[in-house]
Amino acid sequence: MRPVLEIAGLVVRADDGKGSWIDTIRNVDLTVSAGEVVALIGESGAGKSTVALAALGYARPGTRLVEGRILFDGQDVRALDERGLRRLRGRDASYVAQSAQDALNPAIPIGAQIAEPLLIHGIASGTEAEARIASLIGLLDLPVGIVTRFPHQASGGQQQRIMLAMAMACAPRLLVLDEPTTALDVTTQIEVLKAIRTAIRGQGSAAIYVSHDLAVVAQIADRIVVMRHGAIVEQGPTAEIVERPKQPYTVTLIDAVRPRDRRLAREAPRGPAPLLALRGVNASYEQQGWFGPARGGNKVLRDIDLTVGKGEVLAVVGESGSGKSTLARVVAGLHPRLSGDIALAGTTLADRVRRRPLEQRRRIQIIFQSPDLSLNPEERVGEIIGRPRQLYFNEARTNRDAHTDRLLDMVGLPPSYERRFPAELSGGERQRVAIARAFAAEPDLILCDEILSSLDVVIAAQILELMRELKRKSSVAYLFISHDLVTVAQIADRIAVLYAGTVLELGATSAVFTPPHHPYTALLMAAVPQLRRGWLDDAFKLRGPTAQRRAAPTGCPFQPRCPLAIPGLCERELPPLREQTSGHAIRCHRSDAELRQAQTSPVQTSPN
Amino acid sequence: MSAGEATAQAIPRPRRLPPPLACIGLAIVAIGLIMALLGPFLARHGAGELISERPFPAASWALPFGGDHLGRDVLSRLLHAAPVTIGLALGATTVGFVIGLTVGFFTAEVRGRTDTMITWILDILVSFPPKLIALIAIAGLGSSLPILIATLGFVHAPRVARVARAVAMNISAMDFVEAARARGESVLAVMVREIWPSARRPMAVEFGLRVTFSILVLSSLSFLGLGVQPPMTDWGSMVRENMSGIFLGTPAALIPALAIGILTVGINLVIDWIGGSSGRRLTEELSR
Amino acid sequence: MASLVLGRLLLGAVTLLVASLLVFAGTQALPGDVTTAILGNEATPETRAALVERLGLDHPIHVQYFEWAGRFLRGDLGLSLVNDVPVSRLLDLRLKNTFILALATIIVVVPLSLFLGLLCAAYPNGRLDSSISVVSLFLISLPEFLVGIILVLLFAVYWSVLPATSISGFRSFEHLVRALVLPVLTLTFAILAHMVRMTRAAMLEVMRAPYIEMALLKGASRSRIVLRHALPNALGPIINVIALNLGYLISGVVVVEVIFAYPGLGKLLVEAIGNRDLPLLQAVALIMVAAYIVFTLLADIVARLSNPRLRFKQ
Ligand code: SF4
Repeated sequence: MRPVLEIAGLVVRADDGKGSWIDTIRNVDLTVSAGEVVALIGESGAGKSTVALAALGYARPGTRLVEGRILFDGQDVRALDERGLRRLRGRDASYVAQSAQDALNPAIPIGAQIAEPLLIHGIASGTEAEARIASLIGLLDLPVGIVTRFPHQASGGQQQRIMLAMAMACAPRLLVLDEPTTALDVTTQIEVLKAIRTAIRGQGSAAIYVSHDLAVVAQIADRIVVMRHGAIVEQGPTAEIVERPKQPYTVTLIDAVRPRDRRLAREAPRGPAPLLALRGVNASYEQQGWFGPARGGNKVLRDIDLTVGKGEVLAVVGESGSGKSTLARVVAGLHPRLSGDIALAGTTLADRVRRRPLEQRRRIQIIFQSPDLSLNPEERVGEIIGRPRQLYFNEARTNRDAHTDRLLDMVGLPPSYERRFPAELSGGERQRVAIARAFAAEPDLILCDEILSSLDVVIAAQILELMRELKRKSSVAYLFISHDLVTVAQIADRIAVLYAGTVLELGATSAVFTPPHHPYTALLMAAVPQLRRGWLDDAFKLRGPTAQRRAAPTGCPFQPRCPLAIPGLCERELPPLREQTSGHAIRCHRSDAELRQAQTSPVQTSPN
Repeated sequence: MSAGEATAQAIPRPRRLPPPLACIGLAIVAIGLIMALLGPFLARHGAGELISERPFPAASWALPFGGDHLGRDVLSRLLHAAPVTIGLALGATTVGFVIGLTVGFFTAEVRGRTDTMITWILDILVSFPPKLIALIAIAGLGSSLPILIATLGFVHAPRVARVARAVAMNISAMDFVEAARARGESVLAVMVREIWPSARRPMAVEFGLRVTFSILVLSSLSFLGLGVQPPMTDWGSMVRENMSGIFLGTPAALIPALAIGILTVGINLVIDWIGGSSGRRLTEELSR
Repeated sequence: MASLVLGRLLLGAVTLLVASLLVFAGTQALPGDVTTAILGNEATPETRAALVERLGLDHPIHVQYFEWAGRFLRGDLGLSLVNDVPVSRLLDLRLKNTFILALATIIVVVPLSLFLGLLCAAYPNGRLDSSISVVSLFLISLPEFLVGIILVLLFAVYWSVLPATSISGFRSFEHLVRALVLPVLTLTFAILAHMVRMTRAAMLEVMRAPYIEMALLKGASRSRIVLRHALPNALGPIINVIALNLGYLISGVVVVEVIFAYPGLGKLLVEAIGNRDLPLLQAVALIMVAAYIVFTLLADIVARLSNPRLRFKQ
């Protein structure tokens, strides 16, 4: 059978912004047979998307396809003129972008956007097109009424499926999916992945699936192509790559997904008084009304009781909108709390950071998610790291420099980096600088707000390792905010699971990972992508009765999505945080036995 | 999405030579400043000195740009008027800019109710047509240098404040500013150390735009006879004096008008260059 | 959404109020003797008293304001001080003339600038785009009188094809058109470059969005991408651009009308200032300011409504 796509000797050149051109794709060959799903995987900057887009004869602004052959169905794509390319795109080969939120046109109703490829290519119009849209909407499990709405009125998971419907409209021979689930929460990711698989299988389309996540790809792809630095490292059937990788780079990638010693087998050191204690903390988004901020409105944090011991790592896990970042900001004094009390080593902390004494401020430091944004672009690394020394210790210039060298060395950067600007560092290096800045204050507690999520898997693993190492060397405590249960398991002594601003489960890491789980924790665990085949189907089964994303305003916030919800009770009453074994508590109306029973069903909860 | 792509987001620092258009602009601005500082000393004749008996004597070696309606040397008058036009524009802009910048940065950092209220007031002040406000003020208060400067400053201040607020808000939403706040830096330190370095370039663009605007409005006012009053002269009033010559085909009115035009074009060329590297281009910002 | 519109309307109302206060303060509540300002030093006590009487200057200042504003709202604009003609009669013709001038300019400049702006955005960094960019960079913010002078020199003095002034009045349609050409051209030059650049910038901003790339990869044609995908999203900013520049017309006409001796509101305003004709000045200034405010307000509301995110809440 003739392959749908044949790329041979592809070279792509990019403008480096300084007037010269560099090769970003070097001599790549790629073949996709009819109906085959090929995954392109690698870190960001590996050139996956560039290769995938080349299949559509497209190079992003600032890049050029300079060499190689791209044959689509035997037709030379590079030789096509503008009209020829238009005929190819959207009809024979279509594209699903990473962020549907950005890739859907905000000014055009959803139905019209899905129908557009049909109209452009003159395939169907009027009732015929409507029928086609209706069938796609059914296939992808979207609500019927959605066609008349605008993209911003759909949820993130729906938006991604809308884009998929749009790409499927003309029943293309090849589908290019560019990180289609990367921007989504794990539980949403399952729905979308499932929809993608259904769509591809149902239509018999071939597909190129671009992803950085090996586990996700393992569920969908027939073949995996591993890329790095613009070249192919290794390729082969999925099972072979996952089970018998040949190249060391592939092994690193797999290791990053498959965590080693997950549980830290050590008891949380418990002093008499905890280092940080939150009691009944409530917070809401400030809404700017005509007459000052509106009160109450939508609460992001409800009655949070948490403690962090001296030298302890408490992880707070939740999906977007759970309020986990607000929690860190409230502790840091950057976000006001409506009520409740926060104490550092027994002393109550003022609401706003500026009202806290210098010594308290020094003892709590924060590291932000994106090191690209958290370092002042106009300051040199030396100044950035030196500032806390100057501010908190009033340290003289010469001393500061010595400290800076030591701190840089501590986070694994050479002293010469002192003279550099953040723009001259890589993402991982920048995060190291941010970490050094936090440690410069010699704090007792570091708030880590999603510090890994903007980094590539391999880099993230290195930074995580660095954090663990630094932890071992000092008595610092972390409040580790993350959306990723598996990552957190590698560093946390205790875990708090947050949903809609409410703590649903709290306990030592090992306890949280042993059944019974809170139904939401169970869902989160199942939703973490696993390399094993069949994970997706299992996870899909465990997903709640509806794909509803909104938290319930009263009762158990998880009730609308809970597969175990008790009608008449759960929507009315908020269950208490029920302590079962010492230090492990679950907020659920179901008894431990009921939960355990539900969770020992065929679905495996351990990622290994 | 990180390392590789992220580097590209970083603010570029222009190190190379400015492009040709920007060089032209810089040259024009430099000449303008020299004229403003030294103009009267470079002039061959006094501002009121009558060179010719007839009105509008033709251009010659002695009178490179010809003479005006009273037979005075246009070039000399141009040089004498330069400090008035440019100095007045710079003065008025500086007044408006300093006030606007302070208010804008302040509101951006305090947020909350104060911010809402000040923004509201700014919205109102900005919705007046600037040139008309100047006209009305001058109609009422009469025309003198302090009043011209105050009026223009009043026109500029709320506009600058809005821009400054927007720029500062954008920067202060960034995590590195948040990090500084979390460290417990004072409001002043946050503004000076964190926000200002990144706001420098966009605000320089704003200053340039405001100077251009000042020159244009002041010249228009003088052209209408409502700006700088005799015996003092600026380029706008030179245009006015010599308008009658236009119908005779003499360039006496054209010369000062061209001087104004070239100066504003020069400033715009520089702005476009600075703006281009700060992501804030002239076109997005120019509001009259 | 309703609250958004209401908020803007409220803001507009307050702005108008402040504007009237400002006009009043700027013209009547001045420090110093208004009668001297109006009548000069040689006025007799009787004429002064008559003027004080007529303007109600003996009342407290806030009462004066309310009397003035009340009369204004009732349509009683008072008598011109110069020739005792009702201000409203003076305004009548001038208003119409300025309206014609502005309308003619709008008809020329709006489609032209939109067309050029969209063309630039459709072929960004192409030869046309680059040349328009450079030329407009030069043309932008040249003083109107420079453009006016050059046009007069060329068309009226050297080539003698068009009248340099409109002073002869508008006897026929042809006359009117010939008289309009140069003023309209001057105003067009004053606005066009700016509008094209801002339209282009607004479009290019949108053209960078991922959904434009998406449209391209759906196989949409260039015109479809520009008109169907980009334009609706750039509409808000573009409407604001148009409003901003047409608002500029309102003050731009002042200079242009003076250059070409065009009998419109702008020239009337300058005359009123020159003659210290207070009632006339107040009326003209307030009309122009109000027109500007109402205009930008409407544009702002329309621009906001063009955004479906604001039209339909989540
Ligand atoms: S309380 Fe009810 S709804 Fe909430 S998690 Fe437990 S069973 Fe589910």
